[in-house]
Amino acid sequence: MPSIDLHTPDELTEPRTREKNIANAVLARRLKGKKGKEYWRSLEELADTKEFREIIRKNFPSRAAEFIDSMSRRRFLKLMGASLALAGVSGCASRQPDSIVPYVEKPEVLIPGRPLFYATAMTLGGATIGQLVEQHDGRPTKVEGNPNHPNSLGATDVFSQTTILDLYDPDRSEVVREQGRISTWDDFIVALRSQLDRLRGGRGVRVLTDTVVSPTMASQIQEMLRALPQARLHQYEPVSEDNTREGSRLAFGSYLNTLYRFDRADVILSLDADFLAGFPHNIRYIQDWWKRRRPEDGASMSRFYQAESTHTNTGAKADHRLPMTARQVEGFARQVASRIGVGGVEPAAGTVPQVNPAILDGLLGDLQGHRGRSIVIAGLHQPPAVHALAHAMNEALGNVGQTVFHTQPVEAFPTNQTGSLQELVRDMNQARVELLLILDGNPVFNSPADLDFGAALEKVPFSAHLSEYFNNETSQRTTWHLPKAHYLESWSDARTFDGTVSFVQPLIEPLYGGRTAHEILGLFTGETNSPGYEIVREFWQGRRRTNPDFDTWFRTALHQGVVEGTHYSPTNARVRPGLAQRLPQAPAPAAEGLEVVFRPDPSLYDGRFANNGWLQELPKPISKLTWDNAVLINKDTAHELGVKSEDLVRVEYNGRSVNAPVFELVGQPAGTVTIHLGYGRGAAGRVGDNIGFDAYALRTSDAPWIGTGLRLTPLNERYRLATTQIHNLIDAYEDRDIIRHATYQQLRQNPNVIHDQQHHGGTVSMFPEYDYDHPHVANKHAYKWGMAIDMSTCVGCNACVVACQAENNIPIVGKGEVLMQREMHWLRIDAYFSGDEANPETYFQPMLCQHCEKAPCEVVCPVEATVHSNEGLNDMVYNRCVGTKYCSNNCPYKVRRFNFLQYNDVSTPSLKLLRNPDVTVRERGVMEKCTYCVQRIARARINAEREDRAVGGDEIKTACQAACPAGAIIFGDLNQENSQVARLHRENRAYSVLGVLNTQPRTAYMAKLNNPIDALAPSEPTETEEEPHG
Amino acid sequence: MADITRTREEGGFILEPSPTRPGPPAKIPLLHPAHNYETVTRKITSLVFNRTPSGWYIGMAILGLGMMLFTASVGYLFARGVGIWGINIPVAWGFDIINFVWWIGIGHAGTLISAILLLLHQEWRTSINRIAESMTLFAVACAGMYPILHLGRPWLAYWLLPYPSPTNLWPQFRSPLVWDVFAVSTYATVSLLFWYTGLVPDLATMRDRTKNRFLRVVYGMGSLGWRGSARHWNNYQMAYLLLAGLSTPLVVSVHSVVSFDFAVSILPGWHSTIFPPYFVAGAIFAGFAMVLTIVIPLRAFYRLHDLITMRHIDNMAKVTLVTGLVVAYGYLSEIFFAYYSGEYFEKFFITNRITGAYAWSFWALILCNVIAPQFLWSKRVRHNLPAVFLLMMFVNIGMWLERFVIIVGSLHRGHLPSSWAQYAGTFWDWSLFLGTMALFLFLFFLFIRALPAIAIFETRELIHPDQSQTETPA
Repeated sequence: MPSIDLHTPDELTEPRTREKNIANAVLARRLKGKKGKEYWRSLEELADTKEFREIIRKNFPSRAAEFIDSMSRRRFLKLMGASLALAGVSGCASRQPDSIVPYVEKPEVLIPGRPLFYATAMTLGGATIGQLVEQHDGRPTKVEGNPNHPNSLGATDVFSQTTILDLYDPDRSEVVREQGRISTWDDFIVALRSQLDRLRGGRGVRVLTDTVVSPTMASQIQEMLRALPQARLHQYEPVSEDNTREGSRLAFGSYLNTLYRFDRADVILSLDADFLAGFPHNIRYIQDWWKRRRPEDGASMSRFYQAESTHTNTGAKADHRLPMTARQVEGFARQVASRIGVGGVEPAAGTVPQVNPAILDGLLGDLQGHRGRSIVIAGLHQPPAVHALAHAMNEALGNVGQTVFHTQPVEAFPTNQTGSLQELVRDMNQARVELLLILDGNPVFNSPADLDFGAALEKVPFSAHLSEYFNNETSQRTTWHLPKAHYLESWSDARTFDGTVSFVQPLIEPLYGGRTAHEILGLFTGETNSPGYEIVREFWQGRRRTNPDFDTWFRTALHQGVVEGTHYSPTNARVRPGLAQRLPQAPAPAAEGLEVVFRPDPSLYDGRFANNGWLQELPKPISKLTWDNAVLINKDTAHELGVKSEDLVRVEYNGRSVNAPVFELVGQPAGTVTIHLGYGRGAAGRVGDNIGFDAYALRTSDAPWIGTGLRLTPLNERYRLATTQIHNLIDAYEDRDIIRHATYQQLRQNPNVIHDQQHHGGTVSMFPEYDYDHPHVANKHAYKWGMAIDMSTCVGCNACVVACQAENNIPIVGKGEVLMQREMHWLRIDAYFSGDEANPETYFQPMLCQHCEKAPCEVVCPVEATVHSNEGLNDMVYNRCVGTKYCSNNCPYKVRRFNFLQYNDVSTPSLKLLRNPDVTVRERGVMEKCTYCVQRIARARINAEREDRAVGGDEIKTACQAACPAGAIIFGDLNQENSQVARLHRENRAYSVLGVLNTQPRTAYMAKLNNPIDALAPSEPTETEEEPHG
Repeated sequence: MADITRTREEGGFILEPSPTRPGPPAKIPLLHPAHNYETVTRKITSLVFNRTPSGWYIGMAILGLGMMLFTASVGYLFARGVGIWGINIPVAWGFDIINFVWWIGIGHAGTLISAILLLLHQEWRTSINRIAESMTLFAVACAGMYPILHLGRPWLAYWLLPYPSPTNLWPQFRSPLVWDVFAVSTYATVSLLFWYTGLVPDLATMRDRTKNRFLRVVYGMGSLGWRGSARHWNNYQMAYLLLAGLSTPLVVSVHSVVSFDFAVSILPGWHSTIFPPYFVAGAIFAGFAMVLTIVIPLRAFYRLHDLITMRHIDNMAKVTLVTGLVVAYGYLSEIFFAYYSGEYFEKFFITNRITGAYAWSFWALILCNVIAPQFLWSKRVRHNLPAVFLLMMFVNIGMWLERFVIIVGSLHRGHLPSSWAQYAGTFWDWSLFLGTMALFLFLFFLFIRALPAIAIFETRELIHPDQSQTETPA
């Protein structure tokens, strides 16, 4: 036995072995003379001594932690994996070393080819969503929702789905940089320490973060502020909830967190709140909301009024949508509030928008008739007064404690973030900031234009930016750039929604040695740079001192993804009297120019996702625009200004200007334009550079959301916008083969109202019927897969589209190819509009392969590359496809996608880790389409056959279904009568799209239901035609 | 049986005497009355044996550039994929299939002239049948490439052939594309055989007349030992008649099958039972137009007025007019049935065809294929060569537009409005199209210089044994 044997086989495969070996040699000298077997124990004992720590810290600052830890992150994962196997979920850390060595001893839980799932959580703009992440052989490949998490309940949103691509983004920063030159963590730590030594007590030390919702981070910050009393914390989110916070303070005198229970509300009034899409916790709210939009499930339908200043997903689902400019919303809110008994808030003359009196009467009647069972909710960008009015109305209607709850704030340091940033910039300009640490975020790009954060940053002698990208506006201008670990590489925790804590645990070792905000903050206070795992664990250990079995508690929490019992109890806060006097003056109507509303982009959010191709190519819900933002404008307003879609205009606002294309959006109110934030990044990466125009260049700190006096000047230049759908109002009478709808009242009066809309088509076919009652020779059970899609609950949020993309290795094609109509999404959400173009009825129709029983594609393929399976699937055999494209021509649903060129990037190494190994990566010249996630069906079938049982009727969830927060996609076995899908197929609302063609699709659509005011229902187009036709 | 025997040097004999045709007197003869056997043979072989005219060299130089464009277009296509074209979803077929159908249509006149007119004893076919058959072959060559080039993975094109393979997979016989493979390959094979069989006696003539030893060997091999014996002629006649009989159904079948590519589908604008007859008529229409487009300049360049007379031009113009009317009927019936069906999608599609984004192509098509041929009712127009040539160019363009209207016009507005799109050919679409045109003409130029462009022995059959009985020109 050699005298020194510090390496275990595992360590040899670790990427950082060399450095460690040197450190080991130092130790080895000190340990000379001891016997090998004692070393691990001896090392730990030795490591605990003070002088040992000092040696390590001096010599190897970055590696110190690994010696002092008794348990490295890697090692922890390994042990945890083994121990959690008993609890059903477990794992091991990623192994991506260069050496190819098979497992000598295979970890018990790891079965090659079988994925493992870990609970983690992702925070965006202060809202956290719990996730279960699928891991294949150590690499995360797919994000699913965590059913235990209050803001997921098993569903996800587009950002959760696409973060997996961010993780493997080849543009991610790989090294620490000082003034752009490659440096090391050690150098940074030394530099930081010398700065901190110089700045006694934290003089001039500032930390700028996103909204802090992590309890661990909050405690670290508090600790730092104790250690460095003169240091300051600033928080800034470009998509901030400042108005919500100030509204709460206006009403209650303090910051409160407000929760809504849409599942309990009979009547909803939304004051420009896009609570189904661009809103914190919208995933939860969608799920609560749709529980009252599918009457087949038993609950009565809610009625939903939406006043809004652009066409949002939420407005598209409203029973009564009231388009108005954003500045008119306050007048409307005051009008409603005063009529339902909130005293002294009568609107000033001229500030009340024109609203159909029948709708207003209906709304007031509904609100007063459903006391304690209604909700009034205000939009993020509406001024504090509207939020305060909403609080007052909820209180006046007795909703508080019934459908609306107030709790203590979820964020650790609630503050007015715009004010916080203003203060920071002022101090920077006065050279009072010596050391600025920016933890994530991208303030140079996304801070208000009037603050000019970039210029102020020049005056800070020592600045560091922790970011996943070096190639971004802020990192390029700070003195130090620090590569950030992606959240899937990080340990952390977060509070959300009702205060529930969830843990963030890594799925993979940091690919590029990135670190988390916890580890950076640890440098300010701790003697050593502890790894994130230690920091998080120690914090919770400190909090749970009374718990004798902390390890079990911790593991259970990690496994569940949430910490039981950490939610806040509702407070009984009351609106303080005298609200009417405290309310600021309602804005006067704008004298001239257009109103502008800045909104977070439905795909890029605040711009942080600009380098994410999946999001860039994701069609925005209403406009179906990809790869660009635009000035969204009402058609008539555009006409008055002499501009039309795709015209380039000069946008002038408050003395600033940008050039931007115009897009006429159906349903956009007249006189107001909407501009999405997040585009126009000069430094985002190979995907996101110079896409769209920069709205932050117009946005100022005094009016971050709503402004007036915007001017558009045509530049007589065209700018091509890539939309995936031509906008058209459909003819509500003739297009019943595509879209069907009815009112709740109609359905109750005549259960066959949807069937009556059917064109009479036969089901005679010259091809023989398939047999689904007898299993194929290879199987024991016979299945007949089918799907149901509920257009009533679908909110068009796009989560299914990206979930499908992530699950099925679907490539992006770029703007040029989208312009040529070659996007590859297997699942798209068609948006149809009917009625008045300024205020249309909107229908979202998720469209994917219908798996027709008599599939037109199957008969025309000359090589049998698309064939019917014995379980009813329309299978696509990529290997056999020669690419005649005939199947696509003959597909009436146009859901087939063709690899016109080599779209899949098969050369970038990091993207190879991204692929789902269960799905073929298609080459050029091959047709592809939705498979109903055949790989998931196969996995379930194999599991069931092994257990000698049939696959349950609802056992399989397709990727789109799993992601859907609206319960709008249901997949299962039609052979089993009790399955959810079979039940929905039998419902009165079920119909086949283009059923008249006798394709006999096995995807049934549930007609859209509306619940309008009875007095207004007859004017609905559905009522106008009752006669049979066809 | 044969009553007139000729020496071997004279190259052939006639099975039957020409019956004295009833009909209007004072017809333009099919052959200039001054011609005798010797002058006909000399005149036709001189196209090959005379010094190469400088115009031929100029033409070949231009076509050589076109061939380079063709090679580049195909090369780049194979390197990058069909995405270099303008096709998309929903318009997944564009120039590729338009041009395929266009070329196949052009390839139709050859069989019709060679086979059906032979069986119908239409003697006027004689001096143009070789040109028409050659044109057919070259057009089918151009057409036949497109189905392979249009594949996403053209290297797997052989999967469309029925061959026993270890995968135990066969083509899917329900697919019209498989029928296409059989129809087009059969057509190409039979056309080639027919063309070659007709060439054999003439190749013997060429062999006997050439003074170049090398050419004598080449033509000699091509003539398969033809000696002009009675037995040879007997076998020849049988073979030619059989091939003619075999080809006749092909005239109908090829384009019917091509039309099934569309008619079998469920797309509004494609799903139509009128397609087979309407496509066949359209193909003959296009084929005759292309024969005229080629014959008129060729006749002028080589001064073939005595062999290809105004009678030929006149007759071909009449066929064009008649088939043009059939095609026009097809357009009308499509509109009528869309209206009469009462079916929403059908009605929408026809309204869109007439008034939608591609209405220009429909109206241009009406101008080219319906209005322009009406001028051919006038004998003066039919006898005005520049006018006929111009009208035939209209028809050539019109027939291309017809396929554009059918393919792009139907695909771009399918059942679901969410998947509507526009389509436009890219540079590579056009370059490949021009490239195939260059290939077509390149082959034709080679043909003119290497083989007798007009059937020698058949033309000699037109010389009545008693010259005095020949009708006098009007």
